[in-house]
Amino acid sequence: MTGVRVKLPTILRPRAGGEAAVDGTGSTLRDVLRDLESRYPGLTAGVVSDDGGLHRFVNVYVNDEDVRYTGALDTQLRDGDTVSILPAVAGG
Amino acid sequence: MRTFTEDEVVRYARHIILPQIGGEGQRKLLDASVLCIGAGGLGSPIAMYLAAAGVGKIGVVDFDRVDLTNLQRQLLHGTSDVGRSKVESAADTLRELNPGIEVVPHDLVLSSDNAFDVLGPYDIVIDGSDNFPVRYLVNDATQMLGKPLVYGSIYQFEGQATVFLPDREAPCYRCLFPQPPPPGAVPNCAEAGVFGVLPGIVGCIQATEAIKLIVGVGEPLVGRLLIFDALMMDFQTVKIRRDPACPVCGDNPTVTELIDYEQFCGLAPGQAPPEAEHGVAVAAGESA
Repeated sequence: MTGVRVKLPTILRPRAGGEAAVDGTGSTLRDVLRDLESRYPGLTAGVVSDDGGLHRFVNVYVNDEDVRYTGALDTQLRDGDTVSILPAVAGG
Repeated sequence: MRTFTEDEVVRYARHIILPQIGGEGQRKLLDASVLCIGAGGLGSPIAMYLAAAGVGKIGVVDFDRVDLTNLQRQLLHGTSDVGRSKVESAADTLRELNPGIEVVPHDLVLSSDNAFDVLGPYDIVIDGSDNFPVRYLVNDATQMLGKPLVYGSIYQFEGQATVFLPDREAPCYRCLFPQPPPPGAVPNCAEAGVFGVLPGIVGCIQATEAIKLIVGVGEPLVGRLLIFDALMMDFQTVKIRRDPACPVCGDNPTVTELIDYEQFCGLAPGQAPPEAEHGVAVAAGESA
């Protein structure tokens, strides 16, 4: 079973009990997001669009790679990987 | 070659003595011009550190007036400035910090109509704005003008920073975020709050990168996005790749002139961006 650490942006933390990072399991990014959604309902709505793809204003990184270049939701994960979710923000 | 005045030799002594900057680097700073978009949370440390460093010409763009709620983080402005034009207040602060530089207040709403004229005279542009339409406008304009853009953005306790260069190899803001979130999806500072020190940290990173670009020292934050989390005190860098299909900097650009950025961001023409709490809205006629 592949276990990864998922870093959450502030805006998503209320949906994960206020945690800054949560553990997830799954061999692909899609599996991990499904796992998180099952335990924290509503958490991934801001990441995955209705048509099942990734939103274009939210980036997901596996370690330091943008998953748009590694297979998007099909990106393969390895045990110990860090997944980071990064929404576009505009404050200044 | 420029010669330093006696005052300048003393004022910049701590820079000049650094081997990585030296007299040559300090001359480059004095000869440089930088435009700071926004005189708010990010714009404050950006403009103040650039002024202190002796950047010879600093432009500041903002249309807003100083509000009491700004003072929790916008150090360019003081209590007696409440109600004043932000760029006038900023200019006074910067001239007091360093009377030896030129400060140009641009008291205007940045738009597709004036962006080339406003940005054109400057070597480097720094984005300290507070809404998506202006961020896409400034990105596209700097790519088209061939100018470096030092990007920074904040939300509550989190910040992002990077440098976009106009060369063929480097990514731009649209490569990082091809589309803005739907209007209202991301609450603004007034709605969501912002940790006052946060823009200080992110703005200082932007000022650092601008100074490095001018002096030509170190490794610029290009192709890498710095992500900062103040609550966890976590700094992380991730890769930003240039998207060959990018409509602005890609192999076959489809956006070759400035567009309607309110429409691009899902806003009705003339409607103030929901994120605009201070500073820099796009297009004239809004009341912020």
